[in-house]
Amino acid sequence: MTQNLSSTTEPLVRIRGLVFCREQRVIFDGIDIDIAQGKITAIMGPSGTGKTTLLKLIGGQLLPDAGSIEVAGDNVHQLKQRPLYRLRQRMGVLFQSGALLTDLSVFENVAFPLREHHRRLPESIVRRLVLMKLEAVGLRGAVALMPNALSGGMARRVALARAMVLDPMLMLYDEPFTGQDPISMGVLMRLIHQLNDASAMTSILVSHDVNETLQIADYLYLIADGQVMAHGTPQQIAATASPWVDQFIHGKPDGPVQYHYPAPARENDFYH
Amino acid sequence: MGYIIDEKMTTSPPMLKLDHISPQHVELIISGTWSLYQPSPELDPLIQPLTAAPPAQLSVNCDALARWDTTVLAVVVALSRLCQQHNIQFETAGLPAGLKALLVMAEQGGRAATAEPKHPTPSFLHRSGLDFIDLARSTGEMMAFLGEGMLALLRLLQGRAQFSRADLWLIIQDSGADALPIVSLVSFLVGMILAYIGDQQLAQFGARIYVADLVALAMVIQMGALITAIVMAGRTGAAFAAQLGTMQVNEEIDALRTLGIAPMEYLVLPRMLALILMTPLLAIYANVLGMLGGAMVGTLVGGLNLNAYLGATQAVLAWNHIAQGLISATVYGAIIAASGCLRGLQCGRNAQAVGQATTSAVVTAIVFIVLAAAVLTILFDAVGLS
Repeated sequence: MTQNLSSTTEPLVRIRGLVFCREQRVIFDGIDIDIAQGKITAIMGPSGTGKTTLLKLIGGQLLPDAGSIEVAGDNVHQLKQRPLYRLRQRMGVLFQSGALLTDLSVFENVAFPLREHHRRLPESIVRRLVLMKLEAVGLRGAVALMPNALSGGMARRVALARAMVLDPMLMLYDEPFTGQDPISMGVLMRLIHQLNDASAMTSILVSHDVNETLQIADYLYLIADGQVMAHGTPQQIAATASPWVDQFIHGKPDGPVQYHYPAPARENDFYH
Repeated sequence: MGYIIDEKMTTSPPMLKLDHISPQHVELIISGTWSLYQPSPELDPLIQPLTAAPPAQLSVNCDALARWDTTVLAVVVALSRLCQQHNIQFETAGLPAGLKALLVMAEQGGRAATAEPKHPTPSFLHRSGLDFIDLARSTGEMMAFLGEGMLALLRLLQGRAQFSRADLWLIIQDSGADALPIVSLVSFLVGMILAYIGDQQLAQFGARIYVADLVALAMVIQMGALITAIVMAGRTGAAFAAQLGTMQVNEEIDALRTLGIAPMEYLVLPRMLALILMTPLLAIYANVLGMLGGAMVGTLVGGLNLNAYLGATQAVLAWNHIAQGLISATVYGAIIAASGCLRGLQCGRNAQAVGQATTSAVVTAIVFIVLAAAVLTILFDAVGLS
């Protein structure tokens, strides 16, 4: 297979000077991120740093206050509705909850994007495509189940099959490992890795599960307090001397990140 | 010593006592069993004797302390603070090891203290102002949303909308046919009430036959559409808000967007279309039932001849009356669907928010139905329909 040279140098997603505020709180304060093509890039940070918000910004679901996000050369927030929805068809998103449509069966959930976007596709092809994707996530046997009969891990795998059914160029994973037992965690890790390599996809992985993410990511961005605190390959990150990175990667209670949420003076609460 | 497991194990009552060993050294004796299950002594009676002539050192004697839980910690923490304020050296050596560890945790520093936000009770004027701003904002939102809905409808007519016909039929059945019983009941009763009140007044002038005119005109021009709309707002508008709100909570709407499907076309359009089609039909039905209710009272209570009643009804009704009612019903249908879908899509990410969205959808719908009724009456008058 021949590798396109430009694809290895030009980032698929280019974020420049991104500023985003929610009510009074600054979530991102001018961050720059490049997502390399064909790689798994992880975006990590403590809970509440806006990792999911970043995915929504990339998908054009939220408007930034300043800065730009380009996906495959298009500025997401300057696209009109039609081109934006077309671009979204080329992006798959795996939500934390799976976000399956509750009144459709597993089969219909996975078939849903096909039916909506390719209405003339013959039923036999739809069926084959859906079963193939379900086979890839190991759930071909669950094809007739309804979402409420699935475990959390299964729902996430069905959602993964649905996100891939249109063969996206970019997959966004929102906390794929949260709340999974060790086995489904391992299954998901392997799946994400295999899918990325097999279909020349680009993946963005938002997570705070340090060990799992360090194992499968090609490149990492650590975000906190609206800033990129560090970025690099897992080896580079592991070798970073920054106390913040050290605290985050090793889960230490003491360090630049405080354990206590800001509170009024203790005198008010404990003493009278 | 240790935590209390069974409240029945308590034996000696908890006690606090100051022991003045010397003018410079005071000892606090903590004794007995301290538990959340029984009242523990307050620190307050000790503050005066301790601070009147502050000693240099305060130590603690826990020799007679039996079992304890954090109630004793609350006293120790307050005491430690008191000592700090009066420059008394607080000697913690006498505390049991567990209590010492808990004291350290309780006194551990957090981040710099920030002032607590104040929530003063807003005045009546303040609240009315906020409510007015709220109303103005929802008017803007509703207008924008209805406009977006109309654009989506245009795309549907051009055959470019992501639209599920199966969903449309389901929603039509759910909001149309399934609403018949409640619409029947309410409109029949309203027709009866109108006729009854009209009969009492008109009987004084011997003009009982005009009950038929009164009921027919009131139902067809305004009441039929209004009753249907209010029933639909409570029944279907609330259901739309709950459906879309739950989808919002489950991230299903986000999922649709990321799959390249516009919720406006896929979710809102069928609902809007269903209500725009169904509300006028239900209103016609409500008109008929209302007039039947009126006929029942007119004949049974008013002693009118049924044929005379129906003849009078037929004579008074004209096409312009029916048109007014149907146009109103169509507008109300669009308002109900828009407010239900708008509040559903605006729903927050938790279960409580779904409840709020549902309530808000009904309130928004009813407010705008009444506003629209007023505006439509003026418009009908202006174009000569009335």
